Amino acid sequence: MIERTPILNIVTHTILFTGLAILVVPIYLVIVAASQTLPDVMAIPAKLLPGDQLIVNLKAAWVEAEFATKFTNTLILATGVVVGKLVLAALTAFGIVFFDHRLRMPIFWMVFITLMLPLEVRIVPTYAVAANALSPFQSILDVTGISWLINATTGVEVALNWNLLNSYTGLIMPLVATATGTFLYRQFFLTIPDELVEAAKMDGAGPLRFLREILIPLSVTNMAALATIMFVVGWNQYLWPLLIITDPAYGVAAVELSRLVPNMNTTGGDIPNWHWAMAGTLIVMLPPVAVVILMQRWFVRGLINTDK
Amino acid sequence: MAEISIRDVRKSYGKDEVVHGVDLAIYDGEFVVIIGPSGCGKSTLLRMIAGLEAISSGEIAIGGKVVNDLEPRERGCAMVFQNYALYPHMSVAGNIGYALKVARMKRAERDAKVAEVARSVGLDEFLDRKPGQLSGGQRQRVAMARAIIREPEVFLFDEPLSNLDAKLRVQMRHEIRRIHNRIGATSVFVTHDQHEGMTLADRMVIMNKGTIEQIGTPEEVYDHPASVYVAGFIGSPSMNFLAGTVEAGVAAIRLGNDGRIDIAAERAKALDGKLVQIGLRPENLSMVAPGAGAITGHFEFAEELGSGRLYHFQFEDLTLTVLSADKHSFQPGQEVGLTADPVHVHIFDGATGARLDTLEPMRRRASLEVAQ
Ligand SMILES: Nc1ncnc2c1ncn2[C@@H]1O[C@H](COP(=O)(O)OP(=O)(O)OP(=O)(O)O)[C@@H](O)[C@H]1O
Ligand SMILES: [Mg+2]
Repeated sequence: MIERTPILNIVTHTILFTGLAILVVPIYLVIVAASQTLPDVMAIPAKLLPGDQLIVNLKAAWVEAEFATKFTNTLILATGVVVGKLVLAALTAFGIVFFDHRLRMPIFWMVFITLMLPLEVRIVPTYAVAANALSPFQSILDVTGISWLINATTGVEVALNWNLLNSYTGLIMPLVATATGTFLYRQFFLTIPDELVEAAKMDGAGPLRFLREILIPLSVTNMAALATIMFVVGWNQYLWPLLIITDPAYGVAAVELSRLVPNMNTTGGDIPNWHWAMAGTLIVMLPPVAVVILMQRWFVRGLINTDK
Repeated sequence: MAEISIRDVRKSYGKDEVVHGVDLAIYDGEFVVIIGPSGCGKSTLLRMIAGLEAISSGEIAIGGKVVNDLEPRERGCAMVFQNYALYPHMSVAGNIGYALKVARMKRAERDAKVAEVARSVGLDEFLDRKPGQLSGGQRQRVAMARAIIREPEVFLFDEPLSNLDAKLRVQMRHEIRRIHNRIGATSVFVTHDQHEGMTLADRMVIMNKGTIEQIGTPEEVYDHPASVYVAGFIGSPSMNFLAGTVEAGVAAIRLGNDGRIDIAAERAKALDGKLVQIGLRPENLSMVAPGAGAITGHFEFAEELGSGRLYHFQFEDLTLTVLSADKHSFQPGQEVGLTADPVHVHIFDGATGARLDTLEPMRRRASLEVAQ
């Protein structure tokens, strides 16, 4: 719909610029605060122009929050989530779309239902499982009486235990198993013409070969889009790491950032170090921004799917 | 040797049966065209031969080996699809050589073969392009090359030319026939274009609603259609049909109120009193003076075909068409006599539509006996 009415133009542009301001002004304030000394930050009225302390503050925040370790951890987390999701979602969608078996629809609906159960909703049971990943199996053994049987016959007490707290596995796994990626792949796979699948069959390619040499290369743009979204999601994880990580060696950036934002306990009643907190915010924001900028072209293409 | 033998093959989707017991024998090196209207089960039959569709009941054997439970790749068939089905992310060379790559042929050997096959279909300049950068005809050639390179025993085509423009279609048709003559693989070609079918086929299989109506050479099918259905389907412009009653006394078929088509006396005797459908091809009717012909038609209009004209006449409540090289200029409504050579009168049963001709039933079965 293209209309040439000046009033409409003005209205739409006003809306656009308002939206832009809502997004950009806070970021600007972060930059301003991150580049001033503490007294300047606290000054009233507030100083709205950047100062010259940016590098100093960034350095201080980097050291104070031990970002060297946290960044590595967060990078492992985000990469793990991206890779895990790309692989798991591709395989699930492959199974749902290209194989004609009885479990196809049940599996599809099970995956679908997980959309309604994000991590935040099932965080308590997920924590319980992370504390002992084998506990569901233990329950099965207990309920069916198998553990009793083993105990009675061999005298061995069955106690399965696999603790995932304070580990990368525990951080990554619960975030990998979600439905969004599966759906993105599924939508793309459904657009692949049947004839292409059949041509591959005639050429003698088995299912895995078809997946590897035809489907995956055709879905790179989709994978790039999914990877971008998932990297940002993984990078910004807060609640889950906060819950299961108690060992600072496994801490992640977003959680550490909240510790950098001072409260009465850490400063002992002193003025909070707002300038460092803001500098830390800037640092933590950079990797996702970089990834989005880097992947932007692919990302858009993957989501609107035009090059076919 | 790759003769294909199809015995009582059926296909059902759920409760719907779409192919009802097809028997067909295809000789080694033969070019068979399966033709029929949309939805008659041509593709389904072809895909059952290829192994892309499970066979509900019956048996298909290729080269004497029953293939019902074999994977497509184990059947030695190559297929050319209607929309070409090229791999969009691979170059032309990659597309052509993919089957060999899957079969683990060495790189150097493969490249040499790809180059050779590409040259044979005139694609050698385009080996590095992606399918998206090719014209329709070039894509068609890639699809052909991809099938040829496997040196299949059986070539399957599912309406491979239907996406091309008329001129290119004719050109590719010739090319397909040339390739067939060179390679000699048994070929099964599905189409709903009768020109394509007639010109390409060694034998044609005419299908209707999931069954075979007739099997025969293009000439047999044209000259001795086994049923009203085949008679109407094959031939362009299509055949005229008239209902009538055989009268042995005058050795003719009486049509409507005052029409009369002469037929051979012994034929009339055998069919005396029978209600029949007669079929007259437009080129077998000729125009004579009013009253002199077997029937009298009222001229409606003529279509110029270049090589001749197609004249439309009204006879009672039917339209009859006559194809003639002569240029007449009739007035609309003008009375014209029409006659038919008795040799070219096709007579079909008025009730069943089957051909009433001693020659025919034998011909229809002939192919099967050879198969056994
Ligand atoms: N997967 C399917 N499920 C159910 N019915 C199907 C399926 N595939 C085909 N059919 C039905 O089987 C019949 C034969 O289909 P087929 O594709 O063989 O027709 P066709 O002769 O190739 O027609 P066309 O010339 O249009 O390609 C059709 O009535 C179609 O509706
Ligand atoms: Mg078809």
